[in-house]
Amino acid sequence: MTDTQGSTPSRRAVIGWGGAGIALGAVAAGGAVAMTKAGSDLDPVGAEAGGAVEFHGAHQAGIATAVQDRLHFAAFDVKTDDRAEFVRLLKDWTAAARRMTAGKEVGEGAYGGLPEAPPDDTGEALGLNPSRLTLTIGFGPSLFDRFGLRDKRPAALVDLPKFPGDNLDRSRTGGDLCVQACADDPQVAVHAIRNLARIGFGKVAVRWSQLGFGKTSSTTPDAHTPRNLFGFKDGTRNIAGTETGRLTEHVWVGDQDGGANDAWMHGGSYLVARRIRMNIETWDRAPLQEQEDIFGRDKGEGAPVGKPKEHDEPFLKAMKPTAHVRLAHPDSNDGITILRRGYSFTDGTDGLGRLDAGLFFLAYQRDPRHGFIPLQRRLATSDALNEYIQHVGSAVFAIPPGVRDTHDWWGRTLLSEEA
Amino acid sequence: MRAVRFSVITAAAAVALTAVTACTQKSGTQDTDRVVDVTAKDDSCEVSKKEFPAGHVELAIENKGSKVTEVYLLFPDDRIVAERENIGPGIKQKVTAEVKAGDYLIACKPGMKGKGIRQEVKATGGAVAKRDPKLDTAVADYRQYAQDQADETLPRVEAFVNAIKAGDVPAAKKAYAISRLGWERTEPVAESFGDIDPKVDVREDGLEDGQKWTGWHRLEKSLWKDGRIGAEEKTLADQLLTDLKDWQQRVGTAEITPTSMANGAKELLDEVARGKVTGEEDRYAHTDLVDFKGNVEGAQKAYELLRPVASKNDPALAKELDKQFAALETLLDKYRKDKTSYEFVSYDKVGKDDRKELSDAVNALAEPLSKLAAAVVK
Repeated sequence: MTDTQGSTPSRRAVIGWGGAGIALGAVAAGGAVAMTKAGSDLDPVGAEAGGAVEFHGAHQAGIATAVQDRLHFAAFDVKTDDRAEFVRLLKDWTAAARRMTAGKEVGEGAYGGLPEAPPDDTGEALGLNPSRLTLTIGFGPSLFDRFGLRDKRPAALVDLPKFPGDNLDRSRTGGDLCVQACADDPQVAVHAIRNLARIGFGKVAVRWSQLGFGKTSSTTPDAHTPRNLFGFKDGTRNIAGTETGRLTEHVWVGDQDGGANDAWMHGGSYLVARRIRMNIETWDRAPLQEQEDIFGRDKGEGAPVGKPKEHDEPFLKAMKPTAHVRLAHPDSNDGITILRRGYSFTDGTDGLGRLDAGLFFLAYQRDPRHGFIPLQRRLATSDALNEYIQHVGSAVFAIPPGVRDTHDWWGRTLLSEEA
Repeated sequence: MRAVRFSVITAAAAVALTAVTACTQKSGTQDTDRVVDVTAKDDSCEVSKKEFPAGHVELAIENKGSKVTEVYLLFPDDRIVAERENIGPGIKQKVTAEVKAGDYLIACKPGMKGKGIRQEVKATGGAVAKRDPKLDTAVADYRQYAQDQADETLPRVEAFVNAIKAGDVPAAKKAYAISRLGWERTEPVAESFGDIDPKVDVREDGLEDGQKWTGWHRLEKSLWKDGRIGAEEKTLADQLLTDLKDWQQRVGTAEITPTSMANGAKELLDEVARGKVTGEEDRYAHTDLVDFKGNVEGAQKAYELLRPVASKNDPALAKELDKQFAALETLLDKYRKDKTSYEFVSYDKVGKDDRKELSDAVNALAEPLSKLAAAVVK
């Protein structure tokens, strides 16, 4: 990424805050999403239709897929030491995920079975559309201490350093596994995680989970850029699902990446998840000028400082040195680019009457050492936004490649002996 | 206990092979085919017929022995269809019951002790559903277990009550947790009698408006929070003993089926998940781990009795349950010095991470345990 400060309309833009969101470049649409029906790339088909997203593919769905409206993200601890049992669980999970993403019930369904026994499916998604449900699995660094996997831990799957200002809650941090469930209907996303957790009892246990609403970024150029809970537009120019070139460059782990022991990750990605608490009440008391200065954008249109339109190329030097957009922009970070799928969250109030709310930040990248970590380092030390936010949860996961077909399963490339 | 639990009864109804209503009305049957003369002696229990048509049946009992006796009409699994207690020497009594077709037992208990002297009888006509005799054995053994637990509980409760009445706070505290163990092991059976549980095991937050708080947890609060025993506590202690004697008397009449046993085992784990893991159960005494242990032991007993059938029908499930029961037991052992004692770490000393570990282990067991009923009726 080269420097394009100034007026050259390079289509490079920035969005993002609270850690790193950056997205440059062209905004295409549609994404690698499997649309149920043919449609314009600019029309995320299936949103209205509530259609099904194809589960199989070279990459897992839920990364370049057009961002859905809702999220239920869960991190799990592995409880078994039996590798075969863990593999069985991954196969059972894959089978359940395959059915749920197609809008079907788990196992033999939610009713009609033995009256004395609990049904296989919990039933709350009955009658609902598939709602573009995607389920995406990831493996945390701690998983590689188990099952003789130490040699398979990719060099890129580093433990995140402590960033200045982090106030991490252990009960919202880490995990051997994660599953990201995105859907247009919150009940569909919650149903998916609930049923996977249920299948997993005894083998894995939920360590923490997070519900999200109101996507804060988009992998499609939506007509209206979503706003974060500070009221600012965010995620305007994320990497789009159709930008195969940029996905290959910044998101997917390539065949040449890493050493021989990383081969299982080819086609995968790395996910950084951060629970970022927003100090909503103090932000709301901040003067408009301060708010706009902090972001480096105006609040109404979302245009960068000095520019009339949201999608205008920002002139970074016009912004305050500590402006979020300026600090997070790829041009300030040697072109660092990550794909973001963050969601707003509100978990009620915190007992002091303050909204327990913020951004659940999700960033996919080819290598966190060249993605989230340097970006966040920069932001954590200088970003004016830090006065109003705090990172309270954190995790990093290796996202394996996609499930190829009906015989394949989540994690096969890592755990299959012949792989 | 938070609420009356019906699952034991409803599960029984759902799979009842022989649904029966016991009646004790005076009007005898007109149909002599359905009158069974029972002659009870000190060493025998003679019946006038071994087969009778299903329907309204009358047992015409005469005690020709020298001991007070009682006579039962029982299902093969020992569930009571009808009974009459305290029949003195020379006394005649009638017991009637509505009986569906199937196998039954008539038992006389001279001296009102033991399993009694038994005769197999059969109600004929209509369709007779048969089930694996191993399941009848399991139910009968579990019924005995529930009775034994109640029988063993009473003296422990008496010790607790006596300490309270003596005003001995330390002794009462010491006797508290262990006095609950038998109850905790068989809670779903006890709860199937909707009226006993709210008297003996309700917590303060479980009270309805106007309901007087009685039972173990009321005394727990006095002992640990208030640290004193007054006249009211002594009265409540007596009441606890009375209510638990009622339980002891009625345990044998509980509706128990193989599936209600299986789901009862699961419910015991539900008890752990809801009240013990959270520390709500014994919030003053912090003896939750003792109750926890009791719940798990009771669930394990039900499972062990059903295991011969379950392992035949679903070997993988049995294997998983064996593993998870063992894992939970091992985990619980971390919280007591001596594996034979019921002195567990005070639950307020168990940290958040350890509670999470316990909760995970409970989920790991309860989820497969919820599939036991299906494996039993397969």
